[in-house]
Amino acid sequence: MDSSSPFRSSRIAPVVAMAAAVALTLAGCSSDSGGKKSEESADGASAGKASTPQMTVALVTHQSPGDTFWDIVRKGAEAAAAKDNVKLVYSADPNAGNQATLIQNAIDQKVDGIAVTLAKPDALKDVIAKAKTAKIPVVGLNSGVSEWKNLGLMEFFGQDETVAGEALGNRLNSEGAKKAVCVIQEQGNIGLTQRCAGVKKTFSGTTETLYVNGTDMPSVKSTITAKLSQDKAIDYIVTLGAPFALTAVQSKADAGSKAKIATFDLNKDLTSAIDKGTIAFAVDQQPYLQGYLAIDSLWLYKNNGNYMGGGEQPVLTGPAFVDKTNVDAVASFAAKGTR
Amino acid sequence: MSMTHHAEPAVTTPPAPGRKESDGRTKQRPLALRLLARPEVGVFLGAVAVYVFFLIAAPPVRDGSSMANILYQSSTIGIMALPVALLMIGGEFDLSAGVAVITSALTASMLSYQLTMNVWVGVVVALLVSLGIGFLNGWMVVRTGLPSFLITLGTFLILQGVNLAVTKLITTNVATDDISDMDGFGQAKKIFASSFDVGGVQVKITIVYWLVFAAIATWVLLRTRYGNWIFAVGGNKESARAVGVPVTFTKISLFMLVGFGAWFVGMHQLFTFNTVQSGEGVGQELIYISAAVIGGCLLTGGAGSAIGPVFGAFMFGMVQQGIVYAGWNPDWFKAFLGVMLLGAVLINLWVQRTATRR
Repeated sequence: MDSSSPFRSSRIAPVVAMAAAVALTLAGCSSDSGGKKSEESADGASAGKASTPQMTVALVTHQSPGDTFWDIVRKGAEAAAAKDNVKLVYSADPNAGNQATLIQNAIDQKVDGIAVTLAKPDALKDVIAKAKTAKIPVVGLNSGVSEWKNLGLMEFFGQDETVAGEALGNRLNSEGAKKAVCVIQEQGNIGLTQRCAGVKKTFSGTTETLYVNGTDMPSVKSTITAKLSQDKAIDYIVTLGAPFALTAVQSKADAGSKAKIATFDLNKDLTSAIDKGTIAFAVDQQPYLQGYLAIDSLWLYKNNGNYMGGGEQPVLTGPAFVDKTNVDAVASFAAKGTR
Repeated sequence: MSMTHHAEPAVTTPPAPGRKESDGRTKQRPLALRLLARPEVGVFLGAVAVYVFFLIAAPPVRDGSSMANILYQSSTIGIMALPVALLMIGGEFDLSAGVAVITSALTASMLSYQLTMNVWVGVVVALLVSLGIGFLNGWMVVRTGLPSFLITLGTFLILQGVNLAVTKLITTNVATDDISDMDGFGQAKKIFASSFDVGGVQVKITIVYWLVFAAIATWVLLRTRYGNWIFAVGGNKESARAVGVPVTFTKISLFMLVGFGAWFVGMHQLFTFNTVQSGEGVGQELIYISAAVIGGCLLTGGAGSAIGPVFGAFMFGMVQQGIVYAGWNPDWFKAFLGVMLLGAVLINLWVQRTATRR
């Protein structure tokens, strides 16, 4: 940084930036490969629009900001809302107390239905009882498969995380794995812990848990690298989210490890990694379906009195395996960011 | 192995007293004690202690490639800890530094992708955006006289929200699109995210940048007028201004330096991982600040060094990965990290106290 006339340049920074961008484009700086131009125009699922009177539904989740998974849930909910002539009010907070306040907020707005995730069921018990008193139907999605009935929810859409973990454990057995490391990106998250516990339950080899700092990718990368070089016997890396699986690919190369990679949850980069064979398989709980069904079910209940699962059984959206054999069928949807 | 190499620049000779004969009022203290009184020596010893500890506790650490991995982790913290430390010596700090890294990466990625331009266009614009954020932080702090805690807490929240909202608005997803097949990517990857071979060990290029930046920062701090200005504005702003130090320029440029660091680390992340998740980066600012504080920079400003934070960042990387290399029960991960860091800081403090006491 020069000491002479230091700030003038940054005051006009935006102007310079624009000028530079324009100049560079003119100078033929556009990319010949990739980029927006190569992206096909893709629309979301659409099936016309219901002629029923508009209703309002609140979707309150424990999403933390900027997570690819929750983005897909929300897109599913939005698609159902658009089709059913539903006004969707979305709100989220990872803190259970704040999530309860958001549900109370929805009750105060006198919405026609509420869809909630039960990551911390105890904290939401009271406010869900209030919704029942206010005669607002409540459905659950994503987390809380063992709690939704106790809390008096009408129906539930999601995956039993333990069951999903068990399914992955079985799959590891059939792949002939001996030692797996289960990478948890958020310490203390019950759903993630249940997945690893499920894997441990059915996997006949040994399982170890590894915690990484999910908000700092370079540290995720080096921590997995460290684990792989510490324990050369590891032949399977199990991650609990698509971005972490993709990072594990690099760790594997850095550590010179031959371990294979399996993961929970999909995104569009992950489907192409499965296609290329850098990632073996993924357990998909179909988050789009969770969001979609939660909203659609409230519409069905209001307009036709239906409830899925008969109010007794949860509606399971996973675990579905995506691997090289069926990735093609999923890839085009994942590219739109909806699977 | 490479540790000992970095150790050397730490021992910069303390300014010569320039006194011929002691007249009895001031006793010449032994060299060892004078060395220990320097802010970076305590953390250097702490880092050595942690290093030796894991060398014994975790056999894989002795391997060259493990050390390269630990240094890589340290470098991604260390490159940001350097400008953060200089800013702290200058009496301010920046809570937006963690998310600013992601802002920069998102800007470069989305601009190139959406306009289908050579990725270098995105890289250059991201630099301007990052410097602009730094300028804005500094300008507001200087103009309002409010504590930088408040100002940068504001920008931290703004950036966190903007990262998410703008990414979603533009890409309709919360992560950016893969730009690895675009023109210029390979080149940029070579510069920001390549690795090279040293005796069969793959070494990440960020380690080189980290050490080079540290050397430059040390030189600037100890040998240039600008370095004096930094100490002066951090020590006492008013008296610095009275003796003709351009306080406004110094403070704003320091914030912009943090912006530069954020850009650099952001580019590294983008070209390593091809895509960026908009929710990342939160919490990293505290790690940068911790590395600087452990490295001997006072929270109140006016004291510190550029080489101290290098060891501070190394300790972070060493402890974080050392626990994994040692194969300890991961449930205790954070607790281990906390105990080790507190221990290191206490050693640091004890060394300083012992050294400055006669």
